[in-house]
Amino acid sequence: MRDILGLVLKRLGLGLVTLLVISVIIFFMVELLPGDLAQAVLGQGATQETVEALRQELGLDRPAVVRYLDWLSGAVVGDFGTSLISGDSVGDAISDRFLNTLFLAAYAAVIAVPLAICLGVLVALLRNSLFDRIANVLTLTSISSPEFFLGYILIFYLAVKTGLFPAISSLSGDMTFGELLERTFLPALTLVLVVTAHMMRMTRAAIINLLASPYIEMARLKGAPPWKVIARHALPNAWAPIINVVALNLAYLITGVVLVEVVFVYPGIGQLLVDAVAKRDFPIVQACCLIFAATFILLNLAADVGAILTNPRLRHPK
Amino acid sequence: MTRERERQILIDRIAKEARRGRLSRRSFMSHATAAGLTATAATGLWTSRVAAQTPTKGGTFRLGVHDGNTADQMDPGKYQSVGEIQLSHTHRSYLTMITSDNGLGPDMAKSWSATPDARTWTFELDLTASFHNGRPFTVTDAIASLNHHRGDKTSSAAKPLLESVVDIRADGDQAIVLELNQGFADLPWIMTDYHLAMLPANDDGTIDWQSQTGAGPYRIIEHDPGVGTLLERHEGWHGAGAWFDRVEMSVLNDPNARQAALVSGDVDAVTSVDLKTLALLQRHPDIEVDNIPSGSAITLPMFTDVAPFDDNNVRLALKHAIDREEIIEKIVFGTGFPGNDFHVSPNMPYFPADIPQRAYDPDKARFHLREAGLDSLSVELSATDSVLPGAVDMVVLYSEQAKAAGIDITPVREPSDSYWADVWLKKPFVFVKWGARPTPDNMFTLAYKADAAWNEAHWKHDRFNELLLQAKAELDETRRAEMYREMCMIARDEGGSIIPMFVNFVYARRRNVQHGPSVAASWEADGARSASRWWFV
Repeated sequence: MRDILGLVLKRLGLGLVTLLVISVIIFFMVELLPGDLAQAVLGQGATQETVEALRQELGLDRPAVVRYLDWLSGAVVGDFGTSLISGDSVGDAISDRFLNTLFLAAYAAVIAVPLAICLGVLVALLRNSLFDRIANVLTLTSISSPEFFLGYILIFYLAVKTGLFPAISSLSGDMTFGELLERTFLPALTLVLVVTAHMMRMTRAAIINLLASPYIEMARLKGAPPWKVIARHALPNAWAPIINVVALNLAYLITGVVLVEVVFVYPGIGQLLVDAVAKRDFPIVQACCLIFAATFILLNLAADVGAILTNPRLRHPK
Repeated sequence: MTRERERQILIDRIAKEARRGRLSRRSFMSHATAAGLTATAATGLWTSRVAAQTPTKGGTFRLGVHDGNTADQMDPGKYQSVGEIQLSHTHRSYLTMITSDNGLGPDMAKSWSATPDARTWTFELDLTASFHNGRPFTVTDAIASLNHHRGDKTSSAAKPLLESVVDIRADGDQAIVLELNQGFADLPWIMTDYHLAMLPANDDGTIDWQSQTGAGPYRIIEHDPGVGTLLERHEGWHGAGAWFDRVEMSVLNDPNARQAALVSGDVDAVTSVDLKTLALLQRHPDIEVDNIPSGSAITLPMFTDVAPFDDNNVRLALKHAIDREEIIEKIVFGTGFPGNDFHVSPNMPYFPADIPQRAYDPDKARFHLREAGLDSLSVELSATDSVLPGAVDMVVLYSEQAKAAGIDITPVREPSDSYWADVWLKKPFVFVKWGARPTPDNMFTLAYKADAAWNEAHWKHDRFNELLLQAKAELDETRRAEMYREMCMIARDEGGSIIPMFVNFVYARRRNVQHGPSVAASWEADGARSASRWWFV
């Protein structure tokens, strides 16, 4: 167990360094974008004088390096600054929306992950049958369609035509959990359709890959039924690649859903990031990007730890 | 269910349909008599229940708003997006307002008057008005609210509007007086500008915009920028209307999401609909579309101090080489009004209706090219779709039309998010969309005056500028109209901007939402005042 703890600590340390590097990159990328916050906020209404006045008000007239170091000195003690536009602290601006994003991701994951793995095992069991073909065609179709298109199709049939679910997923504070699940069902379903194919096919491939191994043949020879061969003998050895794919898809559910948010008017973090980039609101952009980067780092770490735990051989690298 | 009760339900339904405007008087009479009413009773019913159109109180009005952003502001000096404008007219009030028949009406100022030279204006305040935090409205608040947009330190986008104001002072505790350095007959119209909201003053003369308060018909309960706002009626509101108990504004930026929400009944009205599917939406039995000609113009300014546009013949050639009718039909699907190369729309005051419409005429364009000593002309025209959906298509269409006149226009697609900073006022020939402004003076001063910061065509015409100053101070309506007519002619024949069209506001509501016989054309949804002017039937 100690070696895993060591690995986790080492990877978390490296993760912090990665985050630092990312923060530098993001800051200077935002700087490189044409125009600045003052121009973006004033838009067509900008004149030389009002832009200067707003820059001074927000401290944008200082050199970029000074502003970055200023932000960094706050960030290391946990103060990620205030939004340049609203003046709210970044924590307040982001926390609600990040929770919304996490909720939607979790909702989709709770459906998609078991569904994908069960389907994967099933199609591996019934490989090359009609069921296998249909499941493959359907999931590949849904992953190949742009997600906003899937969203529109679901809205058209499940909201406009039949009225089963609401077309928009705007949230309000006094909703019960059941209402919340109903309101967000369509976006969650869209995400499920988008991520299922990847995980299902990886499960199928990993299992089929193992079926040619001698020990599987042994299991068959001793008379184990096919489902038992797969569930008891093949699956445990197939976990590592499956966990990796699941982790990648979970990260996608958190970081890649801005189109779904737009189509369903769901107040998540993606829309916030897009607006912040358009207005050059650096502290918000920085915080969102760091959250996304941290999501990837942590989920990858979790996938590696998961893979090691399911395969003791990996604990003793040669 | 008894027969009598059935009949009553039937009559109620007929009356309701008629109130919603689905039945004419004639068909109402025939339906009602068929349901068993005598003709006299039916007539009585028509006058008392249907034609009266009295608004009724109650309900939660759910409005889907486009162009709302997480960066939307509470500081009135920084208002810019449609979302901000819709909200500001719902929870804040102004000194004056554009009425639903596009006239000028009182809001927080009861009346106003000027000295004959139009340099000193007095606004009589409505002291029955109050802010949502319970504070009554005073002269101090009015002065501080206007000063927010003045002075060297202000970052307000409305600063140029009040440039000519040199002093604002109280006249007793009922009125404020504005001293101007030049005559300005349109000042009361300017007070309707969406930036100039009335807010409570702080002790140091600044205003309290941070607390989200206002003196508008509705009070904010919950506000989440870029997501939505929940409001309830401000019982102490000084104005008329505000029929809904609550208003729920949701930001619906995606056109498909907006339309789906309206069709499925998740919202009661939306501020903009997708023009491509307008014909389908109009056929929907539960949806009513408002297609309102507005003062919002598309302009194609050319830098008149840069070759080849410095030659008026080149500009005239380009003005004759554009087919306005085809552009309106193909780009905005008929929801526009042809422009005549002067920036006054038919629903602005002083619109000169007798100026002949300029038509597509490639031969005349060729003639002007020859006058300029050119055989052919090659120019670049910049556009981006965020300014108007279809802007780039429009430029491509124009370039095809101009080919017939030997003019080669290269469409340039610019990045959308820095268009106003890096393209507009920087490149010599660009695509621009202007929001509606209340008066010709307002528009000309902003973008056609020789020294205006937004003089987008770098156009300097002596007679035009002289007339602008004269008309500004002219209180005689007829003489003023004549001056504006002459200015429009000058802009049309010598100006630096092609104005192909004025685009309509096209928005929609469900049939159970009713509005008065006309709606304001200043902004989407009845001058952004749908919440206080509309009602449920």
